[in-house]
Amino acid sequence: MDDLILNFFNPAIIERVWPFLLQGFYMTLMLSALVIPLGLAGGLLIAMLHSLGLRWLNWLLIAYVDLFRALPPLVLLIFIYFGAPFLDLDLPKLLAVAIGFLLNTSSYYGEVFRAGIESIPAGQAAAARSTGLTRWQTMQSVILPQAIRNVLPDLISNTLEVIKLTTLASVVALPELLNNARQAQALTYNATPIVLAALFYLALLWPIVRLLSRMEHKSLGLKR
Amino acid sequence: MSGWDRFVFSFFNLEVARQYLPAILDGMLVTIGLALVIIAAGVLLGLLLAVLRTFAYRLINLLIIVFADVMRALPPLVLIILLYFALPLAGMSLGAFASTWLALTLVLAAFAEEIFWAGILAVPRGQWEAARSTGLGRLQTLQDVVLPQAVRMTVPPLTNRVIAITKGTALGSVVALSEILNQASSSASLAGNATPLTMGALAYLVLFLPVVIFGRWVETRFSWKK
Repeated sequence: MDDLILNFFNPAIIERVWPFLLQGFYMTLMLSALVIPLGLAGGLLIAMLHSLGLRWLNWLLIAYVDLFRALPPLVLLIFIYFGAPFLDLDLPKLLAVAIGFLLNTSSYYGEVFRAGIESIPAGQAAAARSTGLTRWQTMQSVILPQAIRNVLPDLISNTLEVIKLTTLASVVALPELLNNARQAQALTYNATPIVLAALFYLALLWPIVRLLSRMEHKSLGLKR
Repeated sequence: MSGWDRFVFSFFNLEVARQYLPAILDGMLVTIGLALVIIAAGVLLGLLLAVLRTFAYRLINLLIIVFADVMRALPPLVLIILLYFALPLAGMSLGAFASTWLALTLVLAAFAEEIFWAGILAVPRGQWEAARSTGLGRLQTLQDVVLPQAVRMTVPPLTNRVIAITKGTALGSVVALSEILNQASSSASLAGNATPLTMGALAYLVLFLPVVIFGRWVETRFSWKK
């Protein structure tokens, strides 16, 4: 038992690595604050373009979405980060991560927004247009507010996945939480930093998981 | 070399491709095998937990909820690293394959449990009561009345989740599991050429594009909401 505590929850090591992990945690928050809005904006753009109903454009959009949903995000990130130097491009880590995330998450958000827009009866757009609203005004003031409400649980669930994905940045040594925890682990030869990082992630994400469970059960009209 | 030639030479080099094709194919076998055992174990465990939850034992249900929450909140990469690097310090050593398998199985089981549970709850309570009143036992009711309806509803969300989690097998490369990504990136550094990375990406597309398109079809075929 003492061995377990020394290896997995060692107070001396916690004290030593705490500031370093905290730095990583801030980086994780900043990274999330960068890639989530990027993904949301990209996804919204995809869904709005899709709603124009142009056949060839929709073909392209679906091909884009399926392509980047089929590629594991880590593969995308490594391809971008390690592939760029072969073209004499020296991509900064953060830019490589941002591009990889944009391609992956905009596809997922795009599908969610599309489902939301399609959940609004076509009559509403027709009615809004007949009152003199332009296409853009109809989208902005009539369709989107309801569409987003309808898919809010899916948007939050996807955002949870995006935050979890920021751990992939550790593979290109971007100093976020998991990266710092692994460095600290290698330095101390002790599992405590990883356990501590896991606790950080739980503290950040468990409330979101709870919120989602509540929303899902409510949307099914369930009491339990 | 012009820019275009250089691009083709670096990313679509047939010479390099021929040399490293066997490595990528080996990686594909590992990825497929790993994905299959994750799906089998994860979906089964998830179903088992959801069924266990219907018995409404307070303590067991609490444990299931905590398990499902934690596995959904932790990034899978953290879990894999925890199992691979930390467990040996406690005297238990799992290999790269087993760590990746266990981590992703637990994550899939957590999501599958929640999905099956939502499906079970969505079957109206009256059906339980009607089935029980005809003399069916608890398990019989579950098996013959509730689950057939519940499972049908769970097909689209479960398919999407299974795709997302089996794509996570690429995370095994972080613990040096010789799946596609690991084979591709080590081949790329051996060759000093990015072509194996292109091949790796293509290998994933070959495996997962049909699955993603299948998922799209499933979504229209079994609609989950209304």
